[in-house]
Amino acid sequence: MEIRIANVRKEFGRFPALHDVSLNIRSGELIALLGPSGSGKTTLLRLIAGLEHTTVGKIYFGDEDASQKSIQDRNVGFVFQHYALFKHLTIADNIGFGLRVRPRATRPSRKEIRRRASELLDLVQLPGLDRRLPRQLSGGQRQRVALARALAIEPRVLLLDEPFGALDAQVRRDLRRWLRELHDKTGHTTVFVTHDQEEALELADRVVVMSQGRIEQVGGADDIYDAPASPFVFSFIGESSSLPILVRDGEAFFEDERVSLPVRDCEAGPSRLFIRPHDIDVVADGGGTFSGNVTMVRRNGGGRRVELAIGSGGHRVEIEVPAEVAPAIGSTISIRPRRWRVYADAAPTGPVTTAAAMKAAEPSRAVAAE
Amino acid sequence: MARTLTQSRFRKPSVIPGFGLTFGFAVTYLSLIVLIPIAALILKSASVGWDEFWRIATDGRTLAALRTSFGLSLIAALVNMFFGLILAWVLTRYRFPGRRLIDAMVDLPFALPTAVAGIALGSLYAVNGWIGGFFDFRITYTAIGITIALIFVGLPFVVRTVQPVLEDLDKELEEAAATLGAGRWKTIFRVILPPLLPAVLTGFALAYARAVGEYGSVVFVSQGIPYRNEIAPQLIVIKLEESASYGPAAVIATVMLALAFLLLLCINLLQAWGRRRFGSAG
Repeated sequence: MEIRIANVRKEFGRFPALHDVSLNIRSGELIALLGPSGSGKTTLLRLIAGLEHTTVGKIYFGDEDASQKSIQDRNVGFVFQHYALFKHLTIADNIGFGLRVRPRATRPSRKEIRRRASELLDLVQLPGLDRRLPRQLSGGQRQRVALARALAIEPRVLLLDEPFGALDAQVRRDLRRWLRELHDKTGHTTVFVTHDQEEALELADRVVVMSQGRIEQVGGADDIYDAPASPFVFSFIGESSSLPILVRDGEAFFEDERVSLPVRDCEAGPSRLFIRPHDIDVVADGGGTFSGNVTMVRRNGGGRRVELAIGSGGHRVEIEVPAEVAPAIGSTISIRPRRWRVYADAAPTGPVTTAAAMKAAEPSRAVAAE
Repeated sequence: MARTLTQSRFRKPSVIPGFGLTFGFAVTYLSLIVLIPIAALILKSASVGWDEFWRIATDGRTLAALRTSFGLSLIAALVNMFFGLILAWVLTRYRFPGRRLIDAMVDLPFALPTAVAGIALGSLYAVNGWIGGFFDFRITYTAIGITIALIFVGLPFVVRTVQPVLEDLDKELEEAAATLGAGRWKTIFRVILPPLLPAVLTGFALAYARAVGEYGSVVFVSQGIPYRNEIAPQLIVIKLEESASYGPAAVIATVMLALAFLLLLCINLLQAWGRRRFGSAG
C-alpha cells in the first residue's frame, strides 16, 4: 500500500508539532522516521495510524483519503514501544484479538482464529507459547507478540513506534535483523519511528530525518551519511565537529586568518565548516589547515579520540587517531580535513541589507568536498 | 532447632526486622477490637438456648428483615458499582474545572454522621420535599428510600478502589484495541473492564458490607414497617427495647454476622479467581 502524506500540519493546542510535512512512501518499503525527541516523528506516525487527526492536510492510502476514515477502518497494524499487550489475555487471545472483535459476518470461527494465532507465533519464532500470559514473557518476546498481533489483522500498513526502545542492546540488535527478514518475507509497507540512527540506517530502505516538526532529508543510508542536506542532518547523523568560518572571494577565513581550504563553490558569507573525526588527517610540522591544543585523549574501540581546542575561541574539534598514537595533553597538533562540508549560516546576525536577507531566507546551499 | 524451623516457615528474610513484634501487635489489636466483642456477641446469643435461638432466627419477622437488609444492600451495592465505575472514570480520564472538588466530595459520605445524611435525605425525598415532590409515588418510608440511603453511605468504596487501578491503566491499550478494529463497546468490555474487575469486586464487597451494617441514616428515611421494609439492624434495636435481656437482639446479630461473613467469603473467593484470571493491577 502506497502512502502519501500531503502538506500535513498538526497543532496541539497552539503548539505546532508538524509544519507542512509531505512524504511519499512506496508500497512495500521499509522506512524509518528518525529524529531527536520533539521532532514530530511519533506525531507523524500517529497521524498515519489515525490516532491523531491532522490540523491541515491529507493522508492518502493509495488513492483513498484515509483522513476520512476512523482508526478502526484504516486497517493499520500499530506496534507500541511498551508493547501494550492485553495483560489479562493469553498470548493466543492477544494475537487473535483483532479477529475476535470483527463483526459477526466477517469474523473467522474460533478454531480458525486459534489456527491463525499459532501460525503467527511460528512466524515470530515463538511457537508453543499460546497459553502463556504476557507477564510470563521477556521484553523481546512481548514485542514479537505485539508484532504478531498487529499482523493478524492483515494490515495495509505496519507502523512501529520505537519498537525496540525499551529493550537492551543485544536483544535490540537481534530483533532488528529479524524484523528486516520478516519484512522481506511479508512485504508489508512498514514505517517505524526511532531516535537511534544506527537502527534507522541499518534497517530502513529510506530514512526520513526530522527536526522540529519538519522533514530535513529523505534518503538512503548513503545519501544521509555522505550528502547531508542540512547542518542539522550532518551533526545529527554520525559524529561531527564544526567550526565557524567566513567565505569571501572564494577563500575561507577562520578567525580573520585565511585558511587553505578550497571553497570556491561556496556561498559567500558567514558559514560553518562540518567535519567528521575520521575524515581528518594529522599533519606533521605544523603544515595543516588548523592547529590546536590537545585537551582530552580517550580510547575509543579500535582507535583513539583526541579533542582539540582550535583558535582563540577554543572551538572543540574531535579527531580520530590510531591507537598507537597517544598525544600528550597540552601538545599542539596540526590537522587537515580530508572531507568536509560547508553550510552558509541560515540566519545572519546583525543588521543586513534586503538582498542579503533574501539570500539568507533561501535554503542554505551546501557544498561538498572530496 | 525447632525454633529456627518455625521461623523459616513463616517469615522471609527482610531488610526490616520485627516479625514477632508486628505480628504480636496485630493479633492483640484484632482480638481487642474485633474478635473479643464478636465472641461476646455469639456467647450472648447462645445464652438464650438452642430452641429459643432457632425460634427467633426463623421467625417470620426476622427473616423478612434479613431479606430486606441483604436484598436492598445488594441493590445499593450494585448501583454503587455501576455509578462508582463511571465516577472513577470521569475523575481519572478527564481534566475539567472543579475536578478536585468533586474528587473530595466523593469522601463526604464517610465524614458525615449517618444520622445527618438520613435527615437530609429524608426531608429531600419526602412527599413534599424538593426532590420527592417531583415523583407521584412515595420514596421515604419505602424500600426506595432505604436503598437511596444505602447507596449514599456506600458511594466512596467503588470509586476509591477503582481509581488507582484506572490511573495505572495504560491509554495505549485502548489505542491498540482501536487499531485492531475494536469499537468503543468492545474496547470497554474486552480491554478496560477485565483488568478493573478485582478492584471493582473489592469495592463492591466493601459497599455491600457497609450497607448491610447501616442503621443511622435508614431510620430517618424509613420507620420500618415489620414484614415490609424493616431492616435487620432496626429489628435488633427494637428487640433491645422490647426485651429485658440482650439475648434476642444478639441472636439476630449473630445470624447477620454469619450471613455477612459467608457473603464476604464468597466475594473474596471470586476476587481471588479474578486476580488469577485477569492478573493483578501491576
